[in-house]
Amino acid sequence: MISPPPLRIRGLAKSVPGGRILFEGLDLDLAAGEIAAVMGESGAGKSTLLNLIAGLDTADAGEIEIVGRALSGLDEAGRTRLRREHLGFVFQAFHILPHLTLAQNTALPLVLAGISSGEALSRAAEMLAAVGLGGRESDLPSRLSGGELQRTAIARALVHRPGLILADEPTGNLDPETAERSLGLLLQAARTRGAAVLLVTHSARAAEAADRTLFLGRHGLEARRAA
Amino acid sequence: MPPDAALPRTLLSWMVRGEWRAHPVRTFVAVLAIAVGVALGFAVHLVNRSALAEFDTAVRSVTGAADLRVEAVSVSGFDETLYPRLARLPALSAVSPVVEVTAQTRDGRSLTVLGLDPLRAARVTPALAVGAGSGFGAGRETGREDAVWLSPAVMGGAGEVLEVREGGRRVDLPVAGGLPSVEAGQRLAVGDIAAVQQAFGRIGRLNRLDLLVAAGVSRSEAERAIAAILPADARLSTPEAESRRGGDLSRAYRVNLGMLAMVALLTGGFLVFSAQSLSIARRRPAFALLQVLGLPRRGLFLQVLAEGAVLGVIGAVLGLAGGAALAGAVLSLLGGDLGGGFFSGSRPALDISPGWTLIHGTLGLAVALAGSLLPALDAARTPPAQALKSAGESGDPGRRPPLAPALGLGAAGLAAAFAPPIAGLPLMGYASIALILAAGVAAMPWLARRMISPLTRIAAPVPVRLAAARLAGAPDQAAVALCGLVASASLMAAMGLMVASFRGSVDDWLGAILPADVYMRVANAEMAGLDPTLQAALAAVPRVDGIESRRTLTLSLSAERPPVALLAISPAAGGAPDLPWRAPPRAVDEGEVPAWISEPLSRLYRLSPGDTLDLPLAGRTVKVRVAGVWRDYGRQFGAVALRRSDYLRITGDAGANEAGFTLAAGADPTDVLQRIRQALPPDLAAQTEVAPSAEIRRVALRIFDRSFAVTYALEAVAILVGVAGVAATVSAQTLARRREFGMLRHVGAGRGQILAMLALEGALLGAVGAVAGLALGAAMGQVLIQVVNPQSFNWTMDTRWPLGLLGGLALALTLASSLTALLAGRSALSADAVRAVREDW
Repeated sequence: MISPPPLRIRGLAKSVPGGRILFEGLDLDLAAGEIAAVMGESGAGKSTLLNLIAGLDTADAGEIEIVGRALSGLDEAGRTRLRREHLGFVFQAFHILPHLTLAQNTALPLVLAGISSGEALSRAAEMLAAVGLGGRESDLPSRLSGGELQRTAIARALVHRPGLILADEPTGNLDPETAERSLGLLLQAARTRGAAVLLVTHSARAAEAADRTLFLGRHGLEARRAA
Repeated sequence: MPPDAALPRTLLSWMVRGEWRAHPVRTFVAVLAIAVGVALGFAVHLVNRSALAEFDTAVRSVTGAADLRVEAVSVSGFDETLYPRLARLPALSAVSPVVEVTAQTRDGRSLTVLGLDPLRAARVTPALAVGAGSGFGAGRETGREDAVWLSPAVMGGAGEVLEVREGGRRVDLPVAGGLPSVEAGQRLAVGDIAAVQQAFGRIGRLNRLDLLVAAGVSRSEAERAIAAILPADARLSTPEAESRRGGDLSRAYRVNLGMLAMVALLTGGFLVFSAQSLSIARRRPAFALLQVLGLPRRGLFLQVLAEGAVLGVIGAVLGLAGGAALAGAVLSLLGGDLGGGFFSGSRPALDISPGWTLIHGTLGLAVALAGSLLPALDAARTPPAQALKSAGESGDPGRRPPLAPALGLGAAGLAAAFAPPIAGLPLMGYASIALILAAGVAAMPWLARRMISPLTRIAAPVPVRLAAARLAGAPDQAAVALCGLVASASLMAAMGLMVASFRGSVDDWLGAILPADVYMRVANAEMAGLDPTLQAALAAVPRVDGIESRRTLTLSLSAERPPVALLAISPAAGGAPDLPWRAPPRAVDEGEVPAWISEPLSRLYRLSPGDTLDLPLAGRTVKVRVAGVWRDYGRQFGAVALRRSDYLRITGDAGANEAGFTLAAGADPTDVLQRIRQALPPDLAAQTEVAPSAEIRRVALRIFDRSFAVTYALEAVAILVGVAGVAATVSAQTLARRREFGMLRHVGAGRGQILAMLALEGALLGAVGAVAGLALGAAMGQVLIQVVNPQSFNWTMDTRWPLGLLGGLALALTLASSLTALLAGRSALSADAVRAVREDW
């Protein structure tokens, strides 16, 4: 039996309040383990696209399928469950909860999925080791550098083995060297686990690391080789 | 846990512990607020419950197993021939006659002397009459007919003689033994009925008949048979009714104290709301993240609510423990009435019931949950995508704060103020106060913007304009910071207004009812005291210009209510007496007996001028015409004044137990006072208090102030909790704005300017809070004066504005708020602010 693709989008359209069309007729397919970078001007709707895929926003038209399940057929609870089980997230601002330890931060998706605290923390420790933060499970985020915070976020995005990772400017808050290392780690870990990655970025260097780069415009995503 | 459960327990535990670790002081203040409210409420409840339990036990021990009782309407009792007539009724299986005398022991303390028939009493009052070798009737071989048995609280052993005074006479009672079954704390002496009648001049009179209904006869049947032969000076009642009357004595006082304690809990609820709102605003991105990662909206709602519940549970547990400890201390220090004077001399043991403990604990939890409800809804409603991008604490400066909810709540509060009492208690009055308070808090964002916006348009120094712009732009945050303070300040202002009005009215009343220079009162002398010869002798005391003797006695008008006071007084020139009238007195028709009733009696018995009132006097019912209503704060259950000449004609009693003396010009009151004492026989003098009216007035006001000390203490706790809440929220908001301060420093604002801006912001916040608190307090104070007091105590008062107190309160709040903001600002602006300040204070 063939597994459904992590992401399939057909005819997606979205406009902002006031009527300005961000994009329309947007199609996209992402295969398991594939990494795609999305670039575009500020205000083009890159983050909006990620929110639509995550089920946090609703499209004007079109259909999004995550691992074969159409978002339009799901209610809010269904979309929440889909996010919990099949999606991982990495943000520009890291969004690491300041009062939880690194292990607890990493284990959040497992805990939300109902896995026991002991098992969740054990799997989180393994994941932290995989991103180079072994032995730091009990540290609080206030002791970490930006790069370490982003590595924790990567560990959190991968710990529950999602089929699709949505990364919104994951290197935007990091210096170039740290950014390269963090991105490399994300992509390598995703490939190892067979997860597809949709990477929104302004950075041409970051986009180079992807399997393909897409530019977002009013008429959807256009494949282009990065300069 | 199933994956679809709305809120994983592990997540709740991590989030709660993480938040508490990061903000221990803020969490502590919220827990403390709940704990203080629960502790005060529980302590007041325990003290009341323990006092009432003791009172009930006391009633039970002297009425025993009686099904019904016939009691006299006044201390003079009823004719003892009623006893054999009732004893012959087939509906009754036993009748136990009782003579009851209130006397004074040598130490000036009150003692109840009961005269019983030992054989009859054995069936209905076993606590007094049984016991091998002890109890009333045991050891009668002493041979003394007039011997008494004493309860453990009265000093004296067998063979000793107890010296007591009553009605101006001294009586020596030989002690035959003890009454071990009587509760500790009760001061009781029991003797043979004939001997007590003889010793205290009650020959042929009884005060009570305790009755047992015959087997197979219904109580109502027995009641009908008894009612048919009852004279006017006796009334059918039940032991339960006496217990109820005992409870009624202090009911309104207890309810009011309980409500004041609830005020502290309510303030705690507002502080939980403040703490939770602030915490939610700060953690908006964190909650958004959890939603993105898969926490359902309902899970987030439950998460915030559960955090509030944890605060509530811990606060409630601490509060219950603290309340029990506080009640224990209060009972041993102040007695069972918290200084209210209803159960004087009692030192009851703590009486804790699991049910009420649970109720108070649940109340604490409910308040914490209510305080968390709006923040929880707010957290769950915020779209996660938007919240992830937000800085966390900013509002929309363009949003117009709504006023409609506040107007709705205010209208509901106004409507509740006009509602009648429920079960005789001003519950709707309190609901009105709560609704007005809620309306005020709901109006805070609107008020903050209306008050502060004009400041943004005037040409003021930069710090003023910055401070005004910030507060006008984020009125919701100002409201969150202020709600605890506004709640406590308004309640303090309301209480201050009510107490000032009450005190002023009491002072006026004292001036009106004490026109003479010196007053005397004979204790426990409703049937005796000053005979006409003695009254004449007192009038002849040198330097006394005039004397007004009066008889004051208690009279039962209803079996269901405590007795009222009857005052036989001598109005000048035979007209209406000089009393503090509520409305001018009116004349009555020729041949009618005028009666001037007090305001409480008018309200309790629904009587107005022109109505008739039946008074049980001298064994018959006398119809009197209500000729006026006067203000009285001394007798909560009512008083009726008759002309002394009418009283004498009806009863033939020419005696008096009170007198007021007008002194000659230039007379020395101390000297005259001494002469009055010397004019009295020694035994009567020992029972008599004589004091200048100025001294009585001073003592009365001192007692007034002392009885309100408890309420002030409760209010002070509430306001301290409120100020702590402002400190917590203002500090947290200030610290959360470090980036804003950094930006201001970068664009050229000096450290001093920023601190001045913060101090001004604090002062503006405090001023808005003070204005709102005082305005709300004025409205709530009017509800206390016009609704709660009349419905609780059946008296009214004139409004007095304690301008000094209210002005001082406003100034203190403004300064405290400004200082708090300044201190928080100094931390936020410190050189190493980011690392040194842990977003806590």
